[in-house]
Amino acid sequence: MLGSGLVAAFVELPAGKAHASSGGRTHLYGYVVDTRKCIGCGKCVGACRAENRVPDEFYRTWIERYTVYADGEVAVDSPHGGEKGASPINKGDIDRSFFVPKLCNHCKEPNCVQVCPVGATYVSREGVVLVDEKHCVGCGYCIQACPYGARFINPKTWVADKCTWCYHRVVKGLKPACVTVCPVGARQFGKVHDYNDPVGKLIKEARLQVLKPEMGNQPMVFYKGLDKEVR
Amino acid sequence: MLQEVLTKGFVFPNEIEVLWSLMIVLYPYITGLVAGAFIVSSLYHVFGKEELKPVAKFSLVAAFAFLMFACTPLLFHLGHPERAFNIMFTPHFYSAMSGFGYIYSFYLLVVLLEIWFVFRPDIIARAKSSTGPLKVLYWVLALGSMDDSKEALHIDHKITLVLAAIGIPSACTLHGYVGFLFGSLKSNPWWSTPLMPVIFLMSAIVSGIAILIVSYYIIMIIKKQAVDNKCLQAMYEFLWGFFIIDLTLEFLNELASTYAQSQSHSAISWLIEENLHFSYTILQMGICSVIPLVVLGFVALKHMSDMLRNRLGLICSALILVQVFAMRWNVVIGGQLFSKSLRGLTSYAPSFLGREGILVAIILFSMPFVVMYVFNLILPLFENKGEEAQG
Repeated sequence: MLGSGLVAAFVELPAGKAHASSGGRTHLYGYVVDTRKCIGCGKCVGACRAENRVPDEFYRTWIERYTVYADGEVAVDSPHGGEKGASPINKGDIDRSFFVPKLCNHCKEPNCVQVCPVGATYVSREGVVLVDEKHCVGCGYCIQACPYGARFINPKTWVADKCTWCYHRVVKGLKPACVTVCPVGARQFGKVHDYNDPVGKLIKEARLQVLKPEMGNQPMVFYKGLDKEVR
Repeated sequence: MLQEVLTKGFVFPNEIEVLWSLMIVLYPYITGLVAGAFIVSSLYHVFGKEELKPVAKFSLVAAFAFLMFACTPLLFHLGHPERAFNIMFTPHFYSAMSGFGYIYSFYLLVVLLEIWFVFRPDIIARAKSSTGPLKVLYWVLALGSMDDSKEALHIDHKITLVLAAIGIPSACTLHGYVGFLFGSLKSNPWWSTPLMPVIFLMSAIVSGIAILIVSYYIIMIIKKQAVDNKCLQAMYEFLWGFFIIDLTLEFLNELASTYAQSQSHSAISWLIEENLHFSYTILQMGICSVIPLVVLGFVALKHMSDMLRNRLGLICSALILVQVFAMRWNVVIGGQLFSKSLRGLTSYAPSFLGREGILVAIILFSMPFVVMYVFNLILPLFENKGEEAQG
């Protein structure tokens, strides 16, 4: 019992730390994806690439297309991360098909931050998960630890790279590039605790889901209309 | 470029390229050899297994030589190797990886100290018998301490015993810890099992014993000396014993995963069938497990001629080295071949050239043997053949 108590005390430290050493860190922002609105145009992926100089063949955000056939088969694709839009589906008896935009979930309890051996991945005061490019050793442990495939080693900088929710824009009061260019309002970004903010209101009132809740990371990207097939 | 990677099903776009390469396969493999070699050395120094005396010094130096190069694959892999020491200067202690620098350094210190105390009589003897620059070299190696009286050697022996006793848990920690790096990642169902550190440790021990058997045999052939059959027999027995435990754990892990039928099970089954059929099913769990398990049993228990026993033992040791390498490959590479979407598989084939290629891996793996060769030029890895060789 004493042993397990000690282990529990040790293991729970990161969570404690997340609150204690954060200098009053709150998870100020949230992101809501409405999968029923997304048309898979890929504008968001292009805007992200342009805004953040994301290298070719890597993605800070991408769009997945799910196609559920009548026989129960599920096909998922995301050619070029959905950046060039989706090609038509020409086969089979389809029950339903829909798009799911993905990005870093800026989790409350992020695995990536826990495993970074040098503390280069951290959570900002606003709750945004960031990477210190000048400190990262490029070991890739955070990439292995992320359950969402949201991280990659940037082939130009050789450090871990990921969505920052366009932190450089957010601190100036702007929205992330992907949210700004979305023509149908499928991506929304705002303050979690502000009821006057549409995102704050949604998070409070709507029935939202998160990806892989069983991981215990407490994502701050919420999904509206998430299908059971989405992982 | 990345589009050329063969994928099946749906793989998250950032997962198409396998990130942890051959270098990360080599890293736990070499680290494992350290642990195993050190355990053999300690079986003599701590547990008094006299039959292992002929390889006691050699195994200690082998542990040191492998330890020297255990980190090098990581340096070849890191995006910024020049920042490698950040792991010790600005450690993030909640990360399992952050402890590596300290555990590694501590263990290296223990092994170095033990080597110095074990070889001190040899250093002093050579310092006394040599002249010129060599005398200076040995004097420096002796750190100026030329006392080889009975009392001094007795104290050395006691210190060696303590160091070896500290070294055993350190060796176990080092390699169990490497397993923990993988086992603690809940994001990857192929890695995430509490058994991982124990499996890594056991496979480390068997690979270490196996590499000592193979190296000892080859070195004796090169030196044109007879092998010590008693020593080899003892090593076969230990190898068999540890291999049984190792295989049992690997089998139990597979059984538990299959029986639980969790959400990820179908993806893992698909991975094994499609991408790991040869390296996992045929090599790791098949040929390289069954043959050594059965044959080593005979080698350990049945009476047979020394020549036959050694040949069978040698083949089994070589197969076990392949088995453990396959296990490292299947864990490290296999764990990255299926997408965390659990809907797709990617592929990986190491390049021959390049920073993380096969050539670099071969060179890095050869370097510990170069270190052992150079060490042997300065200090004897083996006792004089007249005293020890009996076979």
